[in-house]
Amino acid sequence: MQVEERSVAATARHLPQVTETRNPGMPLDLDWVRSAQANTSAIERRAATLPGRRSVKKVHQAAWLLRAITLIDLTTLAGDDTPGRVRRLCAKAANPVRPDLLEALGMSPITTGAVCVYHEMVPVAVEALAGTDVPVAAVSTGFPAGLSPFRLRVEEIRESVAAGAREIDIVISRRHVLTGDWTALYDEMAAFREACGDAHAKAILATGELGTLRNVARASLVCMMAGADFIKTSTGKEGVNATLPVSLVMIRAIRAFEERTGSRVGYKPAGGISKSKDALTYLALMKDELGDRWLMPDLFRFGASSLLGDIERQLEHHVTGRYSASHRHGMA
Amino acid sequence: MNVKEVFETMEYGPAPEGDSEARAWIEQHEGRFGHHIAGEWTTPGPVFETRNPATGAGLAEISQASQADVEAAVAAARKALPRWSKTPGHGRAKVLYALARLVQKQSRLFAVLETMDNGKPIRESRDIDIPLVARHFYYHAGLAQLMDTEMPGRESLGVCGQIIPWNFPLLMLAWKVAPALAAGNTVVLKPAEYTSLTALLFADLAAETGLPPGVLNIVTGDGAAGAALVDHPDVDKIAFTGSTSVGRHIREATAGSEKALTLELGGKSPYIVFDDADMDSAIEGLVDAIWFNQGQVCCAGSRLLVQEGIAETFYSRLRRRMDGLRLGDPLDKCIDVGAVVDPVQLAAIKDLVNSSGGEIYQAAIPVPTDGCFYPPTLITGLGPSDRLMQEEVFGPVLVATTFRTPDEAVALANNTRYGLAATLWTENVNLALDIAPKLVAGVVWVNATNLFDAAAGFGGVRESGFGREGGWEGLAAYTKPVVKTKPIRPVAPKQAPARAGEPVDSVDRTAKLYVGGKQARPDGGYSRTIWGPKGAFLGHASLANRKDVRNAVEAASKAGNWSRSPAHLRAQILYYLAENLAARQDAFADRLKDLTGTSGAAEVAASIQRLFTWAAWADKFDGRAKGVPLRGIALAMNEPVGTIGAFAADDAPLLGLVSVIGPAMAMGNRLVAVASEPYPLAATDLIQVLETSDVPPGVVNILTGSHEELALHLAGHMDVDAVWSFSSSDISGTIEREAAGNLKRTWVNNRRGRDWMSPEGEGHAFLAAATEIKTVWVPYGE
Repeated sequence: MQVEERSVAATARHLPQVTETRNPGMPLDLDWVRSAQANTSAIERRAATLPGRRSVKKVHQAAWLLRAITLIDLTTLAGDDTPGRVRRLCAKAANPVRPDLLEALGMSPITTGAVCVYHEMVPVAVEALAGTDVPVAAVSTGFPAGLSPFRLRVEEIRESVAAGAREIDIVISRRHVLTGDWTALYDEMAAFREACGDAHAKAILATGELGTLRNVARASLVCMMAGADFIKTSTGKEGVNATLPVSLVMIRAIRAFEERTGSRVGYKPAGGISKSKDALTYLALMKDELGDRWLMPDLFRFGASSLLGDIERQLEHHVTGRYSASHRHGMA
Repeated sequence: MNVKEVFETMEYGPAPEGDSEARAWIEQHEGRFGHHIAGEWTTPGPVFETRNPATGAGLAEISQASQADVEAAVAAARKALPRWSKTPGHGRAKVLYALARLVQKQSRLFAVLETMDNGKPIRESRDIDIPLVARHFYYHAGLAQLMDTEMPGRESLGVCGQIIPWNFPLLMLAWKVAPALAAGNTVVLKPAEYTSLTALLFADLAAETGLPPGVLNIVTGDGAAGAALVDHPDVDKIAFTGSTSVGRHIREATAGSEKALTLELGGKSPYIVFDDADMDSAIEGLVDAIWFNQGQVCCAGSRLLVQEGIAETFYSRLRRRMDGLRLGDPLDKCIDVGAVVDPVQLAAIKDLVNSSGGEIYQAAIPVPTDGCFYPPTLITGLGPSDRLMQEEVFGPVLVATTFRTPDEAVALANNTRYGLAATLWTENVNLALDIAPKLVAGVVWVNATNLFDAAAGFGGVRESGFGREGGWEGLAAYTKPVVKTKPIRPVAPKQAPARAGEPVDSVDRTAKLYVGGKQARPDGGYSRTIWGPKGAFLGHASLANRKDVRNAVEAASKAGNWSRSPAHLRAQILYYLAENLAARQDAFADRLKDLTGTSGAAEVAASIQRLFTWAAWADKFDGRAKGVPLRGIALAMNEPVGTIGAFAADDAPLLGLVSVIGPAMAMGNRLVAVASEPYPLAATDLIQVLETSDVPPGVVNILTGSHEELALHLAGHMDVDAVWSFSSSDISGTIEREAAGNLKRTWVNNRRGRDWMSPEGEGHAFLAAATEIKTVWVPYGE
């Protein structure tokens, strides 16, 4: 089992989306959805102790941080994005770590997991990443609020796929969750997934706007039933983004879904993860709660922009024994 | 392993916590420790080795205390007592505050040393044990500060002998030492022989805090040293945390010695999961319940009760979770489960598991072969009659069974000799708040487990011991009322006259026993003639025997509804008793005069007033909501003790009896009262009042007869929860000795009298004796 997973790991790094059978989804099971529970205080206590339960040091820490880089969806989602800005980001995605550091660490070149942009920037990114294995992800469906006409949201997915996006980060309609209209949420998600075609559908739950962890658990299940390939916490635009309690709830939902259906769904915490220490905690969380299989880019991503810089500094510290400075690393 | 390899495998690597500071401290003492008495180290005596259970390597040599060492320590504590007990609260508070600060400032040193000596993961000693130690001293600094104003009329007990276990060495020291010092006592503490080092470090560093020499003395050694402390005549209180068998032995050994005693003993605490629970959180809770500290936790949730419909899913998820636990070097910061404390303990765990039935699952994880390691274990398919469902393992072993309904869950949960803690998981607040009071336990956690705080009382019922640690209730156990008591005058029955006087009743009256709401003839068929002081024939009183005790206790047990009845109803019935007694006050006054020769009017009036007092208290002894550092509430609920046996005062035939009936009934207990031995007829007259006052059958049972004989049977009865004695017979020792059988609480007079006409005959001492404090933790948040 171990050996097999290791070989999968090696392959998956380069071809993130071909090793796993996609989640085919299942009919909406309302009994299951409504019986899902999430005890907030117990989840918070578990989350609070997580960083103290696991510690990764020295060689292991450097290796884990390198793995974290391969899991980053390097992201720019700003109103002032331009082709030049996106090209710069893509260049960083293709070469996220200074070559001399990689060499000192005995590592072959690595890339980030993907580059994540708005639809209008997809062609630029696809072109900039030509010749690399780094996929382009597009945020879609009226991101971030998801309140544009349904017909247009579906069409937006199709256009992004046509423009070369291999992953689509869709946003769900929060109102369906807040009103308990699970059928509407299921139908919406199923339509998005259908529109994605071969591109992977990453469902953004916008957990900061769902009110309760119980809602997060139920929305996670419904999106997976409707065929989401990934479930993702946040757009990065809500007041509260990825947190450990929310992650625990979504990860447990993924585990329950796998238990019941055999399908592995990926997880993407997004927003607020900016320190190496946080990344290590998340990796330990995935490893302990779901297993090593979820430490690969086809099943786990960080939605983050400033995390990479902190990791680069940590890696240099590992190599030199001296604390680093950001100007010593190429900016995105 | 190089970076590239780990990048592929994503394994955890070693993350060791450094131990050089701890080793340096041991080296400073040349690896040999004497006792710490009167602020000085003694020359190390005969020594034994204390080892690191994770490696088997020796850490240091510890002295075995002799009788003389214990005597020296007690003498030092005695010498320090007058000054310390008279130090104003603020002065004691400053020392406790400094101790709290000390623990914080040296927190890593304490944590590392604890882990080396005990084998618990550094995460636990660092993140749980040591912060709780600091919190305990902080909290008790506050109690010391407030005691003078908030506990008027109470003072310290004196010299306290404290014996603590090896599972939470420094935390148990804090639980014992902080309240003792806060209340102005001085202490001789004996840590467990496996784990003495942090106590010695504490004593070593405490000198820097202004703690006067002799206030805290540490003697080390095995059970013999503990026994010497228990038996020492100049010790005023023994506080023990440890096994039920040793606790029982201490109860027997201290019987009749007038030492105060609190015991915090074993458990087999239920962990109930209802089918609407957040299953994953309940499973994570089990990790904290039974795999915390290798399961070597007295309140470990070791008995899993799962609702049948979800059991298979729950077990399979639990097994998967077990496979994710990391077992190994406790000094590694990435380890969940460390080493069992000693090879002896490891062997005991192995024996218990190997001899068990059921389906045994052990976590599929590597187990180090060196050192005392045992894998997390789950045993399913056991029934309540299986040995491991009843006996404490004190290791990482969880046993499980299923239930169908909430009532069945409660029945299974309470099917145990123990009563320390209980955990329940449900998302239904109605269910949670219904079940929590029904669980026989000192602590109940709702949707959480193993939460501790200095403000919240901790302690057990049944054979898990008695007394609470933490909170005001914990401080109370280190204080006593400031009263000058007098030795009790033995009251002899009036002797038969040379020539019998006239019967006082024109028609013969038969005084029977009162059992289960009915007047009953004594099983043995014997009676004693009761004479007046001037030789008048007053009547015959039944001589109850052990079978009458049995019948009365059985009747009391069946009257369990009384304990669940509303306080207002209990108040009404007590008022009604007073009303009916008042209606016959002249007859009672006459009876008392006939019995004792002095006017009874004042005693009857006082009895009516006393019933009013207890009717008043019935709905006013409020619990507390504790300020614990958690989003949630910890409720300290005053619950009835259960069935109380009480030997009423001999010298106040009516008032003495009413003074035990009142608090027992008011707080919801059932009572087996033994009437004044020389003057039983006031009690038998009271039967008619009880019969006409809506007292439900079995709530109050009245026996007459020999206190000495009945003490043996009532205190020895396994279904009696507490025994009180105000008798003038010398039965305190008998009661305490016999109580060891089921470790029932006792409240005895030790041959000291009480003025029943004064406020001494009522009040908070009676309330405390008539109730158990149950702490119910309810974290919340959506």
